[in-house]
Amino acid sequence: MPIEFVKDKWPGKVRSITIGATAADGGTRSTTVTVGGEKSLPFMHSDSEIPYRPVVAVEIKDRFPEDWSALLAETWGEVMKDPAEWAKAAEGVGADMIVLALSATDKDGAPTTPAGAVAAVKSVLAATGLPLAVFGPGQAELDNALLVAVAEATKGERLVLGLCEDKNYRTIVATAMANDHLVSARTPMDVNLAKQLNILISDMGFPLERILMDPTTGALGYGIEYGFSAMERLRLAALQGDNMTQLPMIVTPGFEAWKTKESKVGSGVPESWGDWKERSINWETLTAVALLEAGADILVLRHPESVRRVKAAIADLMAPVELA
Amino acid sequence: MALSGIQIYKMLPQTNCKECGFPTCLAFAMKLAAKQVELAACPYVSEESKAKLAESATPPIRLVTLKSDGFEVKAGNEVVLFRHEKTFYNKPGIFIKVRADASPEEIKAQVTAAGAYTTNYVGLELFLDGFAVEASGDAQAFASAVQAVRGASHKPLILISRDPAVMAAGLDALDGEVPLVYAADPGNWEAMADLAKQHKAALAVSASTLEELADLTEKIKAKGVEDLVLDPDSQSLSSSVVQQTQIRRLALKKNFKALGYPSIAFPTDEASAAQAIAKYAGFIVLDHFAPELAYPLLVLRQNIYTDPQKPIQVQPGLYEINNPKAEDPLLVTTNFSITYFSVANEVEGSGLPAWLMVADAEGMSVLTAWAAGKFDAERIAKAVKTFNVADKVSRKRIVIPGHVAVLSGELEGELPGWEIRVGPREAVDLPSFMKQAL
Repeated sequence: MPIEFVKDKWPGKVRSITIGATAADGGTRSTTVTVGGEKSLPFMHSDSEIPYRPVVAVEIKDRFPEDWSALLAETWGEVMKDPAEWAKAAEGVGADMIVLALSATDKDGAPTTPAGAVAAVKSVLAATGLPLAVFGPGQAELDNALLVAVAEATKGERLVLGLCEDKNYRTIVATAMANDHLVSARTPMDVNLAKQLNILISDMGFPLERILMDPTTGALGYGIEYGFSAMERLRLAALQGDNMTQLPMIVTPGFEAWKTKESKVGSGVPESWGDWKERSINWETLTAVALLEAGADILVLRHPESVRRVKAAIADLMAPVELA
Repeated sequence: MALSGIQIYKMLPQTNCKECGFPTCLAFAMKLAAKQVELAACPYVSEESKAKLAESATPPIRLVTLKSDGFEVKAGNEVVLFRHEKTFYNKPGIFIKVRADASPEEIKAQVTAAGAYTTNYVGLELFLDGFAVEASGDAQAFASAVQAVRGASHKPLILISRDPAVMAAGLDALDGEVPLVYAADPGNWEAMADLAKQHKAALAVSASTLEELADLTEKIKAKGVEDLVLDPDSQSLSSSVVQQTQIRRLALKKNFKALGYPSIAFPTDEASAAQAIAKYAGFIVLDHFAPELAYPLLVLRQNIYTDPQKPIQVQPGLYEINNPKAEDPLLVTTNFSITYFSVANEVEGSGLPAWLMVADAEGMSVLTAWAAGKFDAERIAKAVKTFNVADKVSRKRIVIPGHVAVLSGELEGELPGWEIRVGPREAVDLPSFMKQAL
């Protein structure tokens, strides 16, 4: 029997945002990434064309991260000691872009300096042509000092600078504005808080076309249901026409999944958890896939095998659909 | 569309005869609207009202229940597209595929391991729901395989074969239960429907388009088989999202009965299994059993199907871990169940005795509660007083989660004479912190 399918037509649309600039646009990137532009719920090909596929970013650090899971150290190996080599390796496993997360201290325990951060960023930019995001260590004063130096030294590259949070966003936004970069705005799993921060940032005169929002997601088993629903609600608000939520979403399933005990710890855990390595990769992959279904545009991952699996899932989710 | 209690009341006899077991017709109507009673309880309702009410009273997505000796798996009865609109009700049953051409010993080993599998998550015992026995083409082998599975587990079954003769042999091997017959298709549906009817089994219906699927369910329903399960036979993750969403939209928004049934999915990898949970499958058949996938999938299912209105909480209070004495350390966290169990499990696993004070943060995690103003210095200080903590511990020292280090100063003000220590951000780092810093 012929079926009249239910096709949602929404008044709103997510902004399309391009990360990275090629030489033609004043940067040095060999490729750029464009995300957003959705006029429908995730992968609802029957409602609207899906203009851009979600992308996978690989998170790297400016120095060897002692607190990362031994499984990550084992798979990346020596490159983890050098951000440029690590970035190249990440490109090699299929990253669409790189997220460089700066550490609070150098390997000798001294606070990371602006010069050190700039050197790390420059080395990554020289090693790979992929677009880049640079996140501070998460301490307001240090973040500001490092990110301002990085932004100035990379003017015109259209980096994503983060993280802007409600308690610390002005300096980062100002330097992104002055140096032609983008920002990532992070809020804790709440539609209104996300919207509020976007308003505060745009009130500074910063264009919404240069803001990504990070709604914070939680990992599988550690609150992902809150992140999942916050993201679904944010995307619904955007489609319903709420200008301040019409931004692509960047999420960090790698960070979230790899801090859980399930991924971090291999011994002394219940037998029912199964093989450590496979479980950890599943933890990251399942977290990422659930967030894709909720509307993620950029997924920041850590393990190469998760990158492979999530990219395969994205390719399959972008396959054209014949409904009838 | 669902009718309100008042709308239903108008169609009832309005005699308050009480024969339905309720004091008034209105009370009965309210229960009908809430889908807590059956209309059949009213002996006097008119045929016309009966037809109208039956139409509106049936849930837009039919509830299908598979049963076996001591077990039940339910799917359907869902009422929303997004969990935040209300909640998702019936967690998709997760079944493990068993191949009939395996030896009885292999089948026994596989089914025993998967059937006995349980894993603890925030105090809940999670387990797999049943087995899907796939025929190889030989009826006798299928019957033997079904018997071999039954010899190792009593959990509900899905029987897989497109050949009615083979299916009949499998069904004959079962007694007094409701399995799912997989599957009726455009070629075999009459014989499969007869078998399902004869054995009172639920029937999966498979077709390559939703239109064909709707045709088939209508024809099968006309034969008297109503416990149907949809197999849209999706060929990609994208077609699965679109088809599953259309099925649910049509059922909920258009009350389209021909697709008002739960669905079944056969994920081929981790990603498609995760998607089946997030996007509307009612039954999920995994190709094989592996704890490293079963555990995260069961947790994902638990998370997605948690009622957003009722975060899983533990009772606020002062918990004793590893028999603490008065001089042992005092830690504080929130009453969100995931948070509590993460912390309690780490402390317990460390073997170190400690007092764990659980503050009432309205069931939110540390960061979320802090952001929402539900886990601040005032609340922590209040908990210290409410639970008479000072009478239990001899050292006035409290360890707060690293994520709320910012509360230290205020808490010193709220708890004069107490030493405030900042612990690690993540529970997993607690044992080393406790060993080194406390």
